[in-house]
Amino acid sequence: MLETDLAPLPSGRPPADGEVAAGPILEMRAITKRFPGVVALRDVNLTVSLGEIHAICGENGAGKSTLMKVLSGVHPAGSYEGQIVFDGHEARFHSINDSERLGIVIIHQELALSPFLSIAENIFLGNERLSQSRLIDWNRTNAEAAALMRRVGLHENPTTPINQIGVGKQQLVEIAKALSKEVKLLILDEPTAALNDTDSAHLLDLMRQLQAQGITCIMISHKLGEIMASADTTTVLRDGQTIETLDMSDPQATQERLIRGMVGRDLEARFPPRQAVIGREVLRVEDWTVHHPTQPGRVIVDHASLNVRAGEVVGIAGLMGAGRTELAMSLFGQSYGRDISGRVFKDGQEVELKTVADAIGHGLAYVSEDRKRYGLNLLATISDNITAAGLGKLMSKLGWINGNEQLKVAEEYRAKLNIRTPSVLYNVNKLSGGNQQKCVLSKWLFTGPDVLILDEPTRGIDVGAKFEIYSLINQLAAEGKAVIVISSELPEIIGLCDRVYTLSFGRITGQVSADQATQESLMERMTEEKETLR
Amino acid sequence: MSQSTVPAPAVAAASTRQGLGRYFLDNLRTNGILLAFGVVVVVFAAINSSFLSPANLTNLVLQYSYVLILAIGMLMVIVLAQIDLSVGSVIALTGAVAAVLVARQGFPWWVAVLGALLVGLLVGAWQGFWVAVVGIPGFIVSLGGMLIFRGLAQLTLNYISLGPFGGTYYKIANGFLNGLLGGHGRDVFTLVVFGLAAVGFAFAQWRSRQGQLKYGQEVAPLPVFIGQIVLVAVLAMAFAWQISTYRGLPVILILLAVLIMVYGLVMSKTAFGRHIYAIGGNVAAARLSGVKVKWVTFWCFVNMGFLSAVAGVVYSSRMNAAQPAAGNGFELDAIAACFIGGASTTGGIGRIGGAMVGGLIMAVMSNGMQLMGVSQGIQPVVKGGILLLAVAFDLFNKRRAAGGQ
Repeated sequence: MLETDLAPLPSGRPPADGEVAAGPILEMRAITKRFPGVVALRDVNLTVSLGEIHAICGENGAGKSTLMKVLSGVHPAGSYEGQIVFDGHEARFHSINDSERLGIVIIHQELALSPFLSIAENIFLGNERLSQSRLIDWNRTNAEAAALMRRVGLHENPTTPINQIGVGKQQLVEIAKALSKEVKLLILDEPTAALNDTDSAHLLDLMRQLQAQGITCIMISHKLGEIMASADTTTVLRDGQTIETLDMSDPQATQERLIRGMVGRDLEARFPPRQAVIGREVLRVEDWTVHHPTQPGRVIVDHASLNVRAGEVVGIAGLMGAGRTELAMSLFGQSYGRDISGRVFKDGQEVELKTVADAIGHGLAYVSEDRKRYGLNLLATISDNITAAGLGKLMSKLGWINGNEQLKVAEEYRAKLNIRTPSVLYNVNKLSGGNQQKCVLSKWLFTGPDVLILDEPTRGIDVGAKFEIYSLINQLAAEGKAVIVISSELPEIIGLCDRVYTLSFGRITGQVSADQATQESLMERMTEEKETLR
Repeated sequence: MSQSTVPAPAVAAASTRQGLGRYFLDNLRTNGILLAFGVVVVVFAAINSSFLSPANLTNLVLQYSYVLILAIGMLMVIVLAQIDLSVGSVIALTGAVAAVLVARQGFPWWVAVLGALLVGLLVGAWQGFWVAVVGIPGFIVSLGGMLIFRGLAQLTLNYISLGPFGGTYYKIANGFLNGLLGGHGRDVFTLVVFGLAAVGFAFAQWRSRQGQLKYGQEVAPLPVFIGQIVLVAVLAMAFAWQISTYRGLPVILILLAVLIMVYGLVMSKTAFGRHIYAIGGNVAAARLSGVKVKWVTFWCFVNMGFLSAVAGVVYSSRMNAAQPAAGNGFELDAIAACFIGGASTTGGIGRIGGAMVGGLIMAVMSNGMQLMGVSQGIQPVVKGGILLLAVAFDLFNKRRAAGGQ
């Protein structure tokens, strides 16, 4: 059965002489998508011109991903209302294969690569290069892969296994894979969420190059700075509806306007104001050195020393691979690394934190950068997750957990952190990223910590929830807790912290007061290499 | 903390959801398995009038008790996202040790029981060491264990069946508490025990409901709540009524009830139990939440060894002999019981009660088919089909639940 119905419309190809990109390559008209009990998209219109970079922004749950699922055929034709016109033809996709056949390729936030296969095999996975005898033609596979890799600026051996290259390069492999399918419309879902600034810049650059080759890009992003820098047009979604589509060359199209469109309100400032009241020193780390867990002799954290005081928010700024997470996790009960040396003082007393239980016992809490992998039990309820690290507080003298008390605690945190859910007995995987993050924070607040280490606390969550988390951090500091924020977003570090440490190649390369820090000065120290230190 | 912090939204939610049908649908996952069990029982009762006879019901309990005991421990291991394939062999080994102590060495019965349990604990510690400390997946460790302990059982028994036990040991799985309160052809003691149990159950449920209401939580509508308790009580008393005319209350039923209650509480109300769910759900997150993953894993396997030994004692007592081939394939019955009872194949989800109902469904199917005289080859085919259907139903349910997103 032919699954793609093509209406006999005139060809939508652009004029060959390269004049101003003529018509739209994609029109989604009046798309409405209903799920049982919810209208995820209501009458959404999206028009993408040929050869442009079109950003789609909106808070989590605004319907961006659903819209892309409709476009790519994950939600098949018939399951939604409205019309999709692609390349001049009405398109009715019944599966991802249908849309890919016409050159629509979507790259998801969570990369879909097979870790033990080579780069080349991943590029041609499901689309293998075969010889006459129907066996895989390895020479052709690797040669064609190498050509595609050159196009995306990936300088690796095509036979290198995927798990041996970093996330930034993996993203490039995904794009090479899309190119191998002769992509016309490339959809990138949060492409830079997991990338550091260098890799992000490279990726955005690449999108420009692809644009020059006639490939249209749709980019879903939370990072407004990126949108401002890269997009030609931006469509803002809110609550399943199109709010507006902005031509980014228009001077009216400012970051503030995007935020206003996304949240439906003006954010006074992106960072809530705070009056710091800084007290005595709570945590001091001296000469902290950590080695790689499986590569002996490789130093990951190199004689790092830092301290944090009550009521203070201290930032650790570093690029990916600088050892930020490794520093935090090794402090948190030696959850990372081996041959760890150095001294830790809590409230002036030297302490040994050999296990996570020790760390929790001494009032430390660590909120991981990867909440789905390290923060939450996605199979369990919100209530179970919130109380997971503090079960001891819910036990009777005989060791029985009071289930009612557990729910009460969960309800308290739901109210306090404004976790948006009908019930704390819902599974945590039903929540949006921002609300999941609030659950992780609740879990750690329930342990009653003195020192909170927050690793990328606002990664992958929307503007509104970010503001709530910033407010919460301020509130915790006001309560006298010591807060360490690890972030690769420099505006966040500067806007939030009192004092900033820069970390580069495992070494603390500087310490500045946040009111004197600029993004440029921090970046300079974050990229300071070892040689120049000596 | 003051009572005034009782949250209002939950109370509101409780009042908006009153329809009984809606309530049933919301709990389809739990109710579905009970419904399936009910259907199986009704079908077999309709086909064969002797299915619900006192003798057959008693037989059913005696015949499948050891699989249910295994399923308790297996559920914990499965929720942990592990598996134990060695339990059948451990049944043979522990039964063999008991038989050697009683039948060959002439020790009293309790020495044999303690000896068997000790061997079970050692086996569990052995496997727990390899899984928790060394880090080999339970599948591999217990696959090795399956071979090792089967071989050790054969060596212990010199490749022959050893028995009889006789005496008290025999009565563990074949004894009845009977006639303690008299009665004419109907054991009053059995009825009293079941009556007390039903009252206790109703009281515990009521207390739990009151507690939930006090905390402003959503509870089942009152008619549903009362209906559930009445239904359970009626079914339990009907069961008691039937078995009381035969030989009274099987000792093994008391043991099983105690185990189910104790382990049910462990899983739902202790930090150890909750940590098992946390590890099965996301081991990395559990570790970073201060859960002692190795420790919990180790003790889950020790416990599995212990319960295998209990099942080994029960089985050898029931057979009145230890056999080199005892328990062959029991691990599969126990694992199937867990999955039919709603445990997730990837860990993190599963309940003791579910596993028990899953085990009972298989027990009723086997027993019913035996009564009907269904040929030996058909029975495993049907069982396998049931397993697939049950897990498929579970997947369907999960997708239905996820469809709301």
